[in-house]
Amino acid sequence: MPWEHFAHGADIGVRGIGASLNESFEQAALALTEVICPLEGIDARESVQIRCEAPDAEVLFTDWLNALIYEMSTRNLLFSRFAVDIRDYRLTATAWGEALDRERHHPTVEVKAATYTALLVTQRDDGSWIAQCVVDV
Amino acid sequence: MDPARFIRRSDYQWEVPQSGAMRVPGLIYADEGLLLDMDDKVSEQVANVASLPGIVKASFAMPDAHWGYGFPIGGVAAFDPDADGVVSAGGVGFDISCGVRTLLTGLDINRVQPIKRLLADTLYARIPAGLGSTGAVHLSATEMDAMLAGGARWAVEQGYGRAEDLERIEEHGSMAGADPGAVSDAAKRRQRDEMGTLGSGNHYLEVQHVTAVYDAAVAQGFGLAVGDVVVSIHCGSRGLGHQIGSEFLREMAIAAAQSGIRLADRELACAPIRSEVGQRYLHAMRAAINCALANRQILTHLTRQAFREVVAGAELTLLYDVSHNTCKVEEHKLDGGRRKLYVHRKGATRAFPPGHPELPHALYSTGQPVLIGGSMGTASYVLAGTHRGMREAFGSACHGAGRSMSRSAAGKRWTGRKVIDELAGRGILIRSPSHRGVAEEAPGAYKDVSAVVDAADRAELARKVVRLEPLVCIKG
Repeated sequence: MPWEHFAHGADIGVRGIGASLNESFEQAALALTEVICPLEGIDARESVQIRCEAPDAEVLFTDWLNALIYEMSTRNLLFSRFAVDIRDYRLTATAWGEALDRERHHPTVEVKAATYTALLVTQRDDGSWIAQCVVDV
Repeated sequence: MDPARFIRRSDYQWEVPQSGAMRVPGLIYADEGLLLDMDDKVSEQVANVASLPGIVKASFAMPDAHWGYGFPIGGVAAFDPDADGVVSAGGVGFDISCGVRTLLTGLDINRVQPIKRLLADTLYARIPAGLGSTGAVHLSATEMDAMLAGGARWAVEQGYGRAEDLERIEEHGSMAGADPGAVSDAAKRRQRDEMGTLGSGNHYLEVQHVTAVYDAAVAQGFGLAVGDVVVSIHCGSRGLGHQIGSEFLREMAIAAAQSGIRLADRELACAPIRSEVGQRYLHAMRAAINCALANRQILTHLTRQAFREVVAGAELTLLYDVSHNTCKVEEHKLDGGRRKLYVHRKGATRAFPPGHPELPHALYSTGQPVLIGGSMGTASYVLAGTHRGMREAFGSACHGAGRSMSRSAAGKRWTGRKVIDELAGRGILIRSPSHRGVAEEAPGAYKDVSAVVDAADRAELARKVVRLEPLVCIKG
């Protein structure tokens, strides 16, 4: 499974798995959207550019999710497609989506923030990458 | 957790003995049943907090404690600035000053039952709830700064509520020492359309009635009797607080790593109180407290409008407003003297005793109302602060039920429709924009709030005053 949720006492964890670091970040972003509402039905009509820079891959990962949370909140958008490029802990990305329509998208819950709980960005023995953390809802 | 791991100080106090890096012992307030059900992470997090610089007396966990972020949810810890004490962004959390306020309606259950449906629909129409809802209040940059400096006092000056509301809010409605200049533009931008909104997740507005009185004298002092209808509002500082929490957690975590401080958990990120970043965080966090107080004040105004629309002449008065996620400077007795301490309460409620100078005259003899929210469809409680809680735990008590089941598990186990129908069968009307949200917040996904409140009462952290049961719940 390229993305999944995992249980946390009060909140929920998001996990992206990919053949590359970039892909694991993209997949985790899909998991983030799925906390809010189903990915199906979110048209990739408009795009937002995102840039982040951090001292390590794990902080970069929470920065990436927090940047998406910020864009969703301030532009009233939902995202369903992502393209991420990471070089030396510098991330540039495009997120595609559309304006939140409460009647059509049936959002469940707002994500407040990506946290450092269960935060992990690592390459596994089989060469695949995993990027995960708990998000506060 | 296995009770054998702890020193049993009493039936309701379990000590985590000081070991390793711990500077003080841990102290968990719970009965044996609650302790058995607690996640192992609670004692680990209590011990981690006990190892932070400048902590005094003990690292506390309240009876509703569960696995949180760095600090346990239900965690209380006080730090001494004169002993290199720290302030922790993780110890306050992301939803800064999330809290509960309860309003008396002056109506009784018999008056409200026949109009309950209309009341539910009117409140649902008036109160912006759930993701994507926006408030009717949109602030310019100057107004935003005035709101962040003034809190509920600002809101009252704008016409949302009355001056007499303010004395029944912690800090008299306005947190001193807030600096809007310490709040990032991103945080302010996130708040632009969110003033006067409830939010989502576990936030709610409930119409409730008093079903039991445990302490008649204090209940009378609070203006509560069996059959009385009240409204409780649970929400926080919205996007602004979340953004401030995220930004400072990041800054403090990176600064700790760069200065060679090894944190047991990154979420324990903290800074000395007497440091530039520590002070900047305190100034921003206090602005977020004001944001939460202003937000609950605007929601109070909307609630009053809704009630007046349904019941001509309805007069809603404030019982009290408490915040769960804060760091506040308070004076406490310690080692025979009085000290100014930075008290972190993460998912814990301030519970000041009778006679405390913070309390308004009308509550001087009763102690502070401690408002404990249950889950949707179960009971809530009003307690009162005690002298013992003040002496032992810096005047702190529990804040709610705490989840017993994850969101995903609850979402798989129940459907929103079924939960709504089942509660309707018990006379409880739910209004929510999200069925899945209702399923994730199903009453069965939470611990038994009564057991949590009983433990707080028996440990004398706070005294049980009345029990409330819901009639209507507006769920974000």
